[in-house]
Amino acid sequence: MNNPAPSTRPPAIQIDDLTVAYNYKPVLWDIDLTIPEGVLMAIVGPNGAGKSTLIKSILGIIKPIAGSVQVFGKPYKKQVDKVAYVPQKGSVDWDFPTVALDVVMMGTYGGLGWIKRPGQKEKKRALEALEKVGMLSFRDRQISQLSGGQQQRIFLARALVQDAAIYLMDEPFQGVDATTERAIVNILKELRQSGKTLVVVHHDLQTVPEYFDWVTFLNVKSIASGPIRDIFNDDNLTKTYGINYKVATKG
Amino acid sequence: MELSDFFTNYTLRTITLGTAILGAICGMLGSFAVLRKQSLLGDAISHAALPGIALAFLFTGVKKQEILLLGALVSGLVGAFWIRSIVKHTRLKSDTALGLILSLFFGFGMLLLTYIQKLPNANQAGLDKYLFGQAATLVESDVWLMAGATGVSLLVLLLFWKELKLLLFDADYTQTLGFNTRFLDILITSFIVIAIVLGLQTVGVVLMSAMLLAPAAAARQWTNKLSTMIFLASVFGALAGVFGTAISASYDNLSTGPVIVLVAAVIVLVSFVFSPERGLLFREIRFRRNRKDLNRKKTLTFMYHIASDHADISHPHAIRILNNFQGYTRKTLNQLAERELIRIEGDQWAMTPKGYEEAATLYDQTPDPV
Ligand SMILES: Nc1ncnc2c1ncn2[C@@H]1O[C@H](COP(=O)(O)OP(=O)(O)O)[C@@H](O)[C@H]1O
Ligand SMILES: [Mg+2]
Repeated sequence: MNNPAPSTRPPAIQIDDLTVAYNYKPVLWDIDLTIPEGVLMAIVGPNGAGKSTLIKSILGIIKPIAGSVQVFGKPYKKQVDKVAYVPQKGSVDWDFPTVALDVVMMGTYGGLGWIKRPGQKEKKRALEALEKVGMLSFRDRQISQLSGGQQQRIFLARALVQDAAIYLMDEPFQGVDATTERAIVNILKELRQSGKTLVVVHHDLQTVPEYFDWVTFLNVKSIASGPIRDIFNDDNLTKTYGINYKVATKG
Repeated sequence: MELSDFFTNYTLRTITLGTAILGAICGMLGSFAVLRKQSLLGDAISHAALPGIALAFLFTGVKKQEILLLGALVSGLVGAFWIRSIVKHTRLKSDTALGLILSLFFGFGMLLLTYIQKLPNANQAGLDKYLFGQAATLVESDVWLMAGATGVSLLVLLLFWKELKLLLFDADYTQTLGFNTRFLDILITSFIVIAIVLGLQTVGVVLMSAMLLAPAAAARQWTNKLSTMIFLASVFGALAGVFGTAISASYDNLSTGPVIVLVAAVIVLVSFVFSPERGLLFREIRFRRNRKDLNRKKTLTFMYHIASDHADISHPHAIRILNNFQGYTRKTLNQLAERELIRIEGDQWAMTPKGYEEAATLYDQTPDPV
């Protein structure tokens, strides 16, 4: 058995002919996208390009007009335990009456299923995740009293607790300082090392080649998707952002 | 009625028990409305219940409480889920949808009430009691009904505690974990409708939403824990019920519903002013204290720079040279002296070693970590 059989394992995420509209005008138009397992992928595109919508469509939060999404070859509904979601920080009310540890514990709820309450085992996992993001000493802090960067770390910890195979993150670097950004990047790379698939909406084009190994250019349509070294160039950036870009070549 | 009757009078006891339970269930379920930022929902649903009462009377011709409330329940539910579907399927924002349903149903309800009033049927009078409620008509069976509904909603709350908390905080995330958010949403909305319908007889269509929101809004001020908040909201609601009934019973002609709502409003007022962490009063005190503290620190730092230019740190300097420093007052100076950070002798000041050390480390501490 010198030659291993060619892998028949389906890609992490397979999107076919996906079209999404909130009203009349499509926000995503006929997207075909294959995300291979094990990549650390950035989704880039201007504001309103539909990046958040794409992630929400993968997660089944938004129902598309047409098209299909498959996660490891099956619909999302059948794979909820394999996917973890880090929403945009601004999507929740941080004045909600709860503490940091409680929010991280929510990551265990999916595994528990209906009605069953989290116990010591779940608490231990949540504490480990808090430690991993450097927030253990803030476990009992009311969440409104956390800084933006700390809130982002809490969201990341909540996803880590899920111990998923695919992580979908919507702008995890938004409004965080350099230290937090470094900490998050390290965790992303570590996850990748252990074979996880990561899809990250990212805004800072300068850091794309440094942080990621795969990229998808999105602006209503999927403009290009593939390895950074092959497709992260001024041509694709210009097609996506509509103005001349000189970022990619800058080393 | 005398206040002493309060403990002996059976009717009054029944009414008090009823309003207390009503307050408790309203506080409990109102917490959900407040945390989901659906404050107007209760208002819309209670107004939407009015035509149901009128139609139930028109169709059956009887004025039995149970039948009228069943009508209210149906039209309240129709209103609530109509709002949901408007928000879901159109571009309208949720407050627009709420306002629309509220005025549409209430207008229709008032129209029907006027029509019923003109019917040549002696039976008709009294339906307008549902506008402002009439606690005096509460009987034992009503109280049992309320107690039953409260028990059931408490049970459901405890059963789905984890899921409901998750939904309140992050609905999208709840869905991605595989929970059926529609089911949870319908559960919450249905219970809010039930609480409102139970309150119509006592508090009435117009003031019902206050009953739902006030205890929860007050409770939020006192705690940062969801379970404590819901518990406190129930207690506040029950207190409003008990005191409202007692007050209106001690003064003839005061209708109970509005008095209960007023008591609830007082609880809100007190909570917004006096709660230790979020209250206006303590916030103001903290703000002033911080400002004073900051002025002291600024003055001390300024002095530190002067003193450190000198070989002997405790060398006296003229107070006069502080004059062109902003934020310095004689009072700040005295406070620093009181803390033995400086010494004042006549019109001169000198830093103590303690003050020098404190000033040197004042800005060493890093601000909150990231
Ligand atoms: N809930 C919504 N209702 C209506 N339009 C929406 C909604 N969410 C997003 N949109 C619109 O869809 C487009 C894409 O939004 P989004 O996916 O958030 O873009 P991005 O995340 O790339 O900035 C935008 O034009 C936005 O205004
Ligand atoms: Mg977005």
